[in-house]
Amino acid sequence: MASIETAAREFREMDDLASMKSPMHDLHPLSKLITVIAYIVITVSFDRYALSGIVIMVLFPIITFQVAGINVSTCFHKLSFVLPLVCAVGLFNPIFDRRPMLEIGALTVSYGWVSMLTLMLKGIFCLMASFIFVATTGIDSICAALRKIHAPRMAVTLLMLTYRYVAVMIDEVGIMNNAYKLRSNNQSGIHVSAWGSFLGQLLLRSMDKAGEIYDSMQLRGFNGNFGFAGERRAKAGDVLFVLMSICLFMACRCVNIAEILGRIL
Amino acid sequence: MHMADALLAPAVAATMYVASGTATGVSAFQLRKDENTQKLPTMAVTAALVFAGQMINYTVPGTGSSGHLCGGMMLSALLGPQAGFLSMVVILTIQCLFFADGGLMALGANCWNMAFYGCFVGYFLIWRPIMHSNMFSKMEAKAATGLKIMIASIVGCVVTLQLGAFSVVLETSVSGITDLPFGAFVALMQPIHLAIGLVEGLITSAVLIFVYEARPELLQEIDVNKIGINARSSLKTTIIIIACVAAVVGGGLSLLASSNPDGLEWALFGNEEEGYSANMALDEDNFGIASSVAYSAAGVQEKTSFLPDYAFSNSDSAVGTTVSGIVGSAMVASVALFICFAGRFFRVKKQQ
Repeated sequence: MASIETAAREFREMDDLASMKSPMHDLHPLSKLITVIAYIVITVSFDRYALSGIVIMVLFPIITFQVAGINVSTCFHKLSFVLPLVCAVGLFNPIFDRRPMLEIGALTVSYGWVSMLTLMLKGIFCLMASFIFVATTGIDSICAALRKIHAPRMAVTLLMLTYRYVAVMIDEVGIMNNAYKLRSNNQSGIHVSAWGSFLGQLLLRSMDKAGEIYDSMQLRGFNGNFGFAGERRAKAGDVLFVLMSICLFMACRCVNIAEILGRIL
Repeated sequence: MHMADALLAPAVAATMYVASGTATGVSAFQLRKDENTQKLPTMAVTAALVFAGQMINYTVPGTGSSGHLCGGMMLSALLGPQAGFLSMVVILTIQCLFFADGGLMALGANCWNMAFYGCFVGYFLIWRPIMHSNMFSKMEAKAATGLKIMIASIVGCVVTLQLGAFSVVLETSVSGITDLPFGAFVALMQPIHLAIGLVEGLITSAVLIFVYEARPELLQEIDVNKIGINARSSLKTTIIIIACVAAVVGGGLSLLASSNPDGLEWALFGNEEEGYSANMALDEDNFGIASSVAYSAAGVQEKTSFLPDYAFSNSDSAVGTTVSGIVGSAMVASVALFICFAGRFFRVKKQQ
């Protein structure tokens, strides 16, 4: 997980990005969700050695980033969460699969290296697609989209409430952590003697506060369900975006466009 | 242990979505049936706290490394299995969407690996049986419950993390993503998560014992009426229990340890007796560069190793393996302690 300060900053950044105005932001959340899921499924379904075929899939996130007015580099630091496990799994491919695939001069590229690179590209592309979905949608619209596809009401309400509390808790834990650090003479992390009390104190206070929150919600007429402000119906443009995107993804999946371009040139 | 989208085939991801989706639906239905909407703010606040709490580094004494909180066990101990599972699902969804920790397509698999085992398996098969057991019945009630919380937390975290790690291996292997053989992948993942589980279990137990001593009614499966006042488990008893758990884990798991070679050994020598390929086909007894120094070193090692291949010399028995596990754990602990004291000695010298 990210450090407390980084997490707090990223939370604010994502909220800021979601509140921007652009054609991508204006699309219906459900159409974006369907398109992104279709993109991820099609990207992941590429053959493990289809390095040239998968390269073309970079265009969707790159184009959507530009349309949304978001810099591509904003999502790069998030790669540190995705790449370690992908690399750990992929790095064994060049060791176990040494069959030569092609030779460029004196350099022999094995199937293992190609499958490792393909795996990494899949990870990066899927991350970019998920990022653009969240950065242009925002939590309220995501929850509204989840309700549209009949996700359990309780789970959606819980997601919305937790998202709001996470920002508060991160700040609270960050303050406690800084206070602890300042009193602990450069000690890294929480000492074993405070393992229980550090988070335990906050937990007890928070659970008491949760009771008060529930009372105040009930006084305002809470019945276990939230209405979503700004909910809008899907327009023809939203449907067209989904259909066109999926058709293009399918075309990229079936035809190796990079190879065709290479032959032409 | 968060899986990325690239590590799963669409069919495997869809299967895991169905499995996790069903568990989510059943949990939500169960909570709604019990009209537990008043639990919602508590669930949300506790989930947010666990989310933030997982970012805190807890220093592991004597190692220089740090550990984190085990979310699933803690949430199910505080909220119950269904509410705990829903809270974990929400935590994983926020991590996936806003921190790119785990992929959107892999969310179903991540929920299964990290929430299902921790909340349902951990609660029904570990937490509840231990809390209702007659362990430490001769001790004072509050101290006995404290010890049971510790054991349940440690065993729960270790077991559920092992199950989660095994599922990661299974899902990745079934997806055909890696050339790493299943056995070698398991050998790579399980021991790492054994150590992580132990540390996470200790941290979780510390927090839960704190809650128990302050507000026992917040924990599930604890009979508040049975608990006496002013009884605290002593540090000495705690250390004895931890030592017993370490001995049981070290000894017990050695019995389960595979007779197949580990990942690196496998890669170098293969294991043709067990039907594996020869791989790099090196001879286990004669590889590397022959030199007089190497020959002498091997001779010294042969004389000093009283537990070759983790068993008594000339013994294939399970008892030998178990004793080796316990003795090995004790030796590692001694070496670790020695390094700590040595480090402290030199630090003090340097400061002077």
